[in-house]
Amino acid sequence: MDATQLGLEQRVAEQHRHHGKAQFLWVWVALLIMTAIEVYLAYQNLEPVRMLSILMGLSILKAGLIIAYFMHMKFEMTQMRWLTMSSLVFCLAMMMVFLPDAFRILHIGVNLGVK
Amino acid sequence: MSEIVVQHPVGASVYEPSLFGTYSKKIGMWLFLLSDSLTFGALLFAYTYGRVSTPNWPTPFHSESIRNATIMTAFLLSSSLTMVFAVRAAVQGNAKAQRLWLLATMAFGLGFVILHGREWTNLIAEGLTLPMFPTPPGQGTGEFANVARDVPQFAATFFGLTGMHMVHVTLGVIYLGIIAFRKKFIPILLGLWLLAWLATPAYSPFHYGAHLILIAAIISAVILWLKPKVYDASDIEVAGLYWHFVDLVWMFIFPLVYLMSTKIIG
Repeated sequence: MDATQLGLEQRVAEQHRHHGKAQFLWVWVALLIMTAIEVYLAYQNLEPVRMLSILMGLSILKAGLIIAYFMHMKFEMTQMRWLTMSSLVFCLAMMMVFLPDAFRILHIGVNLGVK
Repeated sequence: MSEIVVQHPVGASVYEPSLFGTYSKKIGMWLFLLSDSLTFGALLFAYTYGRVSTPNWPTPFHSESIRNATIMTAFLLSSSLTMVFAVRAAVQGNAKAQRLWLLATMAFGLGFVILHGREWTNLIAEGLTLPMFPTPPGQGTGEFANVARDVPQFAATFFGLTGMHMVHVTLGVIYLGIIAFRKKFIPILLGLWLLAWLATPAYSPFHYGAHLILIAAIISAVILWLKPKVYDASDIEVAGLYWHFVDLVWMFIFPLVYLMSTKIIG
């Protein structure tokens, strides 16, 4: 194997050695608690938009914890963090540009071209 | 004209150091995961679009379904924890602990697939189905028969999204099995394929879906034959990235598909 790659693998392995089990256990417990809150909210008959906002907020928080700790992104170099996460958020946000069209269909109905 | 020969010390790199400070296969996996997240993003978007634009969108999930999906979520979250411990054991050179943690991760993943399969089977038995699925006996009489007929986009987006995720989890379990046991895992895979194929009725989509395991076994056997190697800590870490991604995607499917479609009675 190329020496650069080997050196990088050893450096990453060295980072992993310094992470205690307790840190990961706390993240796991936090994820389970947030899941329990989500399930509790599902039975509270909240208004849909409010419910969706809370659930999505919790999901983004959970995703952030998984990416940062379990996927080790918190400990990667700044370039890696910014390039991967900003491109992902940008592409997903671009998809959302089309969502208002769904509300348009809801309000005016589908025009099937039948006169 | 004189020739210039550039000599490098033995073992030294001829490449520039990585811009991202990590090894290339990890960057490769991150790039794959970014593209895969757009696939799931598109499926989640399709589901959301359908839901927003359809006034009579069904909310078919009883408390039993929600309980089932909550256990599945706990399984995936726990599998991510055991996966982290497997990576930790691998970098510490503890091969036995690494294999045990990988086995625990696979067990949680398999549990998730079985529970999800049960959920699908119940919904199909109640009439929520797709035209491409084989016709089960008594179809058209269940609780959701009118849902499949009146709002076909619900079944299409539900089965499309959760089916794609189930395929990812199944392939993840196989990936971890190959990393942990290499060639020894091929006969186990073939056994699992036969079991899944023979144990499911012919009208179940899993009867045909089981062939995914056979295809994965053949591809894995070819890869192991072409490039036999002992998988090291970096390979475990890269496999872990894939596994955590599968967990991460479910963190959006669970609330959007299940919790937002809870059937509250009373």
